Amino acid sequence: MSATTATAGYDGPDPIRSAARGRGWKEPSILPGFRLTLAYTLLWLGLIVLIPLGGLFVSSAALGWEGFWHVVAEERALGALRLSFVTALVAAAINAVTGLLLAWVLTRYSFPGRRLVDALIDLPFALPTAVAGIALATLYAPNGWVGSLLDPLGIKVAYTPLGIIVALTFIGLPFVVRTVQPVLEELDRELEEAAATLGATRWQTITRVILPTVLPALLTGFALALARAVGEYGSVIFIAGNIPYVSEIAPLLIVIRLEEFDYEGATAVAVAMLLISFVLLFFINAVQAWNRRRIGNG
Amino acid sequence: MAEATTVTLSSPRATQERRVTRVLLITGALTFLALLLFLPLAMVFAEAFRNGWEGFTAAITEPDALAAVRLTLVVAAIAVPLNTLFGLAAAWTVAKFDFRGKSVLVTLIDLPFSVSPVISGLIYVLLFGSHSLLGQWLAENNIEIIFAVPGIVLATVFVTVPFVARELIPLMQEQGAEEEEAALSLGASGWQTFWRVTLPNIRWGLLYGVLLCNARAMGEFGAVSVVSGHIRGMTNTTPLHVEILYNEYNFVAAFAVACLLALLAFLTLGLKSLLEWRHGAELAASRRL
Repeated sequence: MSATTATAGYDGPDPIRSAARGRGWKEPSILPGFRLTLAYTLLWLGLIVLIPLGGLFVSSAALGWEGFWHVVAEERALGALRLSFVTALVAAAINAVTGLLLAWVLTRYSFPGRRLVDALIDLPFALPTAVAGIALATLYAPNGWVGSLLDPLGIKVAYTPLGIIVALTFIGLPFVVRTVQPVLEELDRELEEAAATLGATRWQTITRVILPTVLPALLTGFALALARAVGEYGSVIFIAGNIPYVSEIAPLLIVIRLEEFDYEGATAVAVAMLLISFVLLFFINAVQAWNRRRIGNG
Repeated sequence: MAEATTVTLSSPRATQERRVTRVLLITGALTFLALLLFLPLAMVFAEAFRNGWEGFTAAITEPDALAAVRLTLVVAAIAVPLNTLFGLAAAWTVAKFDFRGKSVLVTLIDLPFSVSPVISGLIYVLLFGSHSLLGQWLAENNIEIIFAVPGIVLATVFVTVPFVARELIPLMQEQGAEEEEAALSLGASGWQTFWRVTLPNIRWGLLYGVLLCNARAMGEFGAVSVVSGHIRGMTNTTPLHVEILYNEYNFVAAFAVACLLALLAFLTLGLKSLLEWRHGAELAASRRL
């Protein structure tokens, strides 16, 4: 099965082997190196990821529930968190629509430069976020190439929340395309032919046959783009304007609190962000599990 | 193509959109990409060469810029091999063996992807910063981690942990363990099996993972920004140098250095496409993120 998403590529344990389980926590194997590689994996994850992340939660526990709530419920922090999540949601929704369009155009139509365009879709993964940030800020500034065209219309993009959405849409661009594309490629053309023979119009075929097949991948891509956008920092700060209560995102507020040596403030906002992100991650996994069950490959 | 009004199987209308629709969809998609991808890229190069070739070379050969590039190379040279080793170990454990708690382990490997880069830096500041117990002990012993190179390396390692493992795990799961089992039963040692059977099977996937890991390691901004301290010529990586120049309104220099990073991105995408094109079958089943 096409493995395109965060954890979908990792198959569950073999059912026959699982049935035979019970003797221990590990299946017997003649391959060597299990203990060594598992120990190394756990050690590295522990030292690099788990202990430092755990430290964050310990620090926030030291704040106490009231201290934590005091920081997070404060207007500026609340505003930054709300801005981060709302702009991320809007950007991910734009990514869902345009990503579907791009995936469709790239898999179904041929036009000059299609392969180049296909390769460039991954650019937001490869381009350092600071570069994207200054390029977008300059492009959409009132005197920039695009900004100067929008300015007479009264549309201000750079240094407003709209600019944040532009940057987050850039960052999330590849996710939906890359989750939907393989599904569209594998989609059985005979299904569409069958729908057509049964009298469906092209539009009916698209909305009733193709869209439902693509929907789980689309949702996964949406959730991945959302998760990425929520925490994004580098590409946003240049174009955002960073005005407290208006265009100050939560990651920037963490940086500002750190620069003020307000470690409690930084920790509390970070924990609030992480908790919401973990809920998102849980949602991604739930969607994937639902997806696998639906197509009978659980 | 005849204008078919009735829907029959032989009619392209049955399984294809009208020409007008196709042209509109392609135009829409390309316009969107132009506004979001192509124009910003063109912008980077146009601004970088605003003062001509001399302006560009002057900006990138300036000592602080060179120091930033050097630091970026050093950090990547430490972080990428470490995470490659981790990726190999993690993939061997997860893909070749069945054990309880495997899905939890896989989730943990992916965890850094769902942590904001700023938080990835923050956790090391909290751990090693001057206000923590560990930080005080380090300060007494004159060991600098935060606002110094070790902190930058740590933050970079954190954000690049999943790259190699994520490429290798699905690939090695697909390949199964039969070939290794055969080699072992024919008398090969564990290391011989790894070097002569496993590694040749996964080399292109490994390269693919290393490529993406390297791109992120060299381009990381948020996490590194938090732990760096922004000391010019000392703890400034290339992306941070871009920020400093930009904030000083030195746009030509900022875009000139950004240009180097954009070239790195192009090189990464080029090699990645080449790998997908030449060795697609030896990469994990399909593209992934």
